[in-house]
Amino acid sequence: MLQVTNLTVKFPSRRGEFTAVENVDISVKPGEIHGLVGESGAGKSTIGAAIIGLLQSPGYVAQGEMSLHDTNLRTLTPAQAHAVRGARISMIFQDPQTSLNPLMRIEDQLIETMQAHEDISDADARDRAVALLSEIGIKNAAERIKAYPHQFSGGMRQRVVIALALCTNPELIIADEPTTALDVAVQSQVLDLIRALADERGIGFILITHDIGVIAQITDKVTVLRGGKVMETGETAKILREPEHPYTQALLAAVPRLDKKIDRFLVPATEADVEAPQIISGIDAEAWLLDGGVQDPIGLQAHDITVKFAGERTSLFRKPDSFTALDSVSLDVRAGTVMGLVGESGSGKSTMAKVLTGLVQPSAGTMTLGNDALPDAKSRARKDQSRRIIQMVFQDPYSSLNSRHRVGALLAEPLWLYGLENDAAKRRALCEAMLSLVGLAPDAIDKYPHQFSGGQRQRIAVARALLARPRFLICDEPTSALDVSIQAQVLNLLKDLQKTFGLTMLFISHNLAVVRQMSDDITVLQGGKVMESGGSEPFFTNPQADYSKNLLSLTPTL
Amino acid sequence: MLYKLWDSDGFWLFRRRPAAIIAALTAIAILFGAIFAPWLVDTNPYDLASFSLMDGLLPPMWEEYGTSRFPLGTDDQGRDMVAAILYGARLSMLIGIVAMAIALVLGVSLGLIAGYYGGRLDAIIMRVADVQLALPAILTALLIDGIARGVLPTAVHQEMRVIVLTTAIALSLWVNFARTARASVFVEKNKEYVQAAMIMGQHPLRVMLWHILPNIMGPLLVIMTVDLASAILLEATLSFLGIGLPADSPSLGTLIRIGMGFLLSGEWWILWVPTMFLVALVVSINILGDFLRDVFNPRLR
Repeated sequence: MLQVTNLTVKFPSRRGEFTAVENVDISVKPGEIHGLVGESGAGKSTIGAAIIGLLQSPGYVAQGEMSLHDTNLRTLTPAQAHAVRGARISMIFQDPQTSLNPLMRIEDQLIETMQAHEDISDADARDRAVALLSEIGIKNAAERIKAYPHQFSGGMRQRVVIALALCTNPELIIADEPTTALDVAVQSQVLDLIRALADERGIGFILITHDIGVIAQITDKVTVLRGGKVMETGETAKILREPEHPYTQALLAAVPRLDKKIDRFLVPATEADVEAPQIISGIDAEAWLLDGGVQDPIGLQAHDITVKFAGERTSLFRKPDSFTALDSVSLDVRAGTVMGLVGESGSGKSTMAKVLTGLVQPSAGTMTLGNDALPDAKSRARKDQSRRIIQMVFQDPYSSLNSRHRVGALLAEPLWLYGLENDAAKRRALCEAMLSLVGLAPDAIDKYPHQFSGGQRQRIAVARALLARPRFLICDEPTSALDVSIQAQVLNLLKDLQKTFGLTMLFISHNLAVVRQMSDDITVLQGGKVMESGGSEPFFTNPQADYSKNLLSLTPTL
Repeated sequence: MLYKLWDSDGFWLFRRRPAAIIAALTAIAILFGAIFAPWLVDTNPYDLASFSLMDGLLPPMWEEYGTSRFPLGTDDQGRDMVAAILYGARLSMLIGIVAMAIALVLGVSLGLIAGYYGGRLDAIIMRVADVQLALPAILTALLIDGIARGVLPTAVHQEMRVIVLTTAIALSLWVNFARTARASVFVEKNKEYVQAAMIMGQHPLRVMLWHILPNIMGPLLVIMTVDLASAILLEATLSFLGIGLPADSPSLGTLIRIGMGFLLSGEWWILWVPTMFLVALVVSINILGDFLRDVFNPRLR
């Protein structure tokens, strides 16, 4: 049905032309789901945009043929392309929050789309829209169709987006990371829906994703991309079982496994522009850290932490109802171990981290760090020693480093703030040593954060945390913004550091496979309540709570 | 260093924008002319001895009776219009830049505090800003002028007029800076690098000045240029209305006011020369502000 041959897309810039996609061949049959998988910068989304004719300016198709049945997609006039787009090829975007117009009822959005492509009366269009919504699994469709997008949950909203893509009966749907913004349970429902639509309606899908678990779950064929080139293509089952290309093999090896715990991740052989995996060699920094007494592990307990946030104000004269983000959550992180904290979005994981670091004031509960009481946000002084002992690595390395200062200045902050090193020259030497300890070249010290890739930035963030001589490290989704191969490197680094320095760690993640690889104990949160808590291995082999069982069974695996 | 500037993306965008280039050249030329006015023209419009009534009301050189000694003509006192506008621009730009700088420091400090601490302090600062917005600049100027007149002896008051004018303009402009800074701080405050600094126990002043401020400079820089233009315009307005500078130390606004009297008697240049000069100055600064907005907005690139 869809035939793409030899597609090359180029982006001219002031530094010469950048080839985003090079000689890519793809074919999709009716009812087939073709996965495009690759890390960021692989050109996945660019291929999708080229097919539907929505390449971001100044990008252009330099060569290649694209045809849908007997329509040549490359020779269409803008008006013809407009007619094909929507009617014969539709698109599902990543974020259902932004792909629906928040000011229009979904009814109007569906009818508008249908009427843009065919001559159909309002009443007929509405009937078809209602039928479509119930087909897609929205209960009470005749009533719900009058609702606005914000009145639907994330998963339901993505269903509406799918209905919007379907309402013109397209032959091909391009789904660009359709489940990345969704929780696992919802992701699994949306993927089932896509599979069912392909089977029942014979629609061809191109599914763009970075998640190999998603590829394994629903695609028929897969194309592995890297740097705009096809690495390998073929039947999904065959490629995942016996990958031939070394890159595919490495990529698969780097995906954290849910079914067993391994000691270290295999890191894909990287190209010259990505730093080679480095052995810990910063003797200087290592000695300094050990000298600081990091070797005595320290435990942390939290008892019955409750956090309430003010809800929406409904009346000028009444106090707004409060919203309970954490409900009597207790946490026991044993000294020198890694506690995994898992849960879906909104479960209160990050709020817990903020309570421990003193950013959020709990309304009830106590905390202890080692043998001392850990003061809560309001009573924690600016110079409290727990501020040094507890350090945090954040989720997004693009926003956790101040981009306006040099790496050296950022790294030196904890050293002078906590009075650990008062001599500027020594501080600098120590920062350089710490950079090489986390696997970066010491000359990074004079660069700005934007000169580094995501993985390198996360290493800088780790180095900064270590320079406070912490004994308790909180990692809040430290790798969820990173590609799998980079994730493997950063996780290896964290593991090594934890072992070498006897750090106690709270590892927060929504990704169960990652948590299994990292943690000794595990706590599962849902809606601000602890569902299950205990040893990590027993949890993964024999979960107790129904919620945990469900969560585990829905996580896509290879 | 210079090469790096030339090679930067901002400068690259600049080189492809003829409007921005012309605006920059105009603004630089006017700034240059204003700073070096005493060396560029040989008559001093403030010094009665340096010009003669005999040269009064001469038209620009391309008109009949015009002479090349006074390329843009003279006013009724025989002042060279070129000298008048350069000295006028000197005063106007001085007042504009100083007022803008005061408004910048005042507004950004209050905006940082309001955004960083939020809550009651924020509410108080922003209500003061709202009240300030409700007062027209002219009213503020009259108020301060009135107070200065009452408090200071007349002679001192006359000397202080520049300061009174500058303060009035600064007071009516700081709200822009405060609002923009506050809104940007609200965005930055939730970013992880600020949270990291708070967790570490950094002093609030350091978090505000070292961490947040450099990250919100982009929008502030745009406001700076736009507000510089408004400050100059505001000074001209106040002087035109007679609240500003007196006729013996004419700024552009005072020159325009003087020129108004000659509009109907045929000596149009006395009004037109300072007016067009003011328009050129303000428009070119505004175009530069627009250009800066594009540089700092990656989405428009």
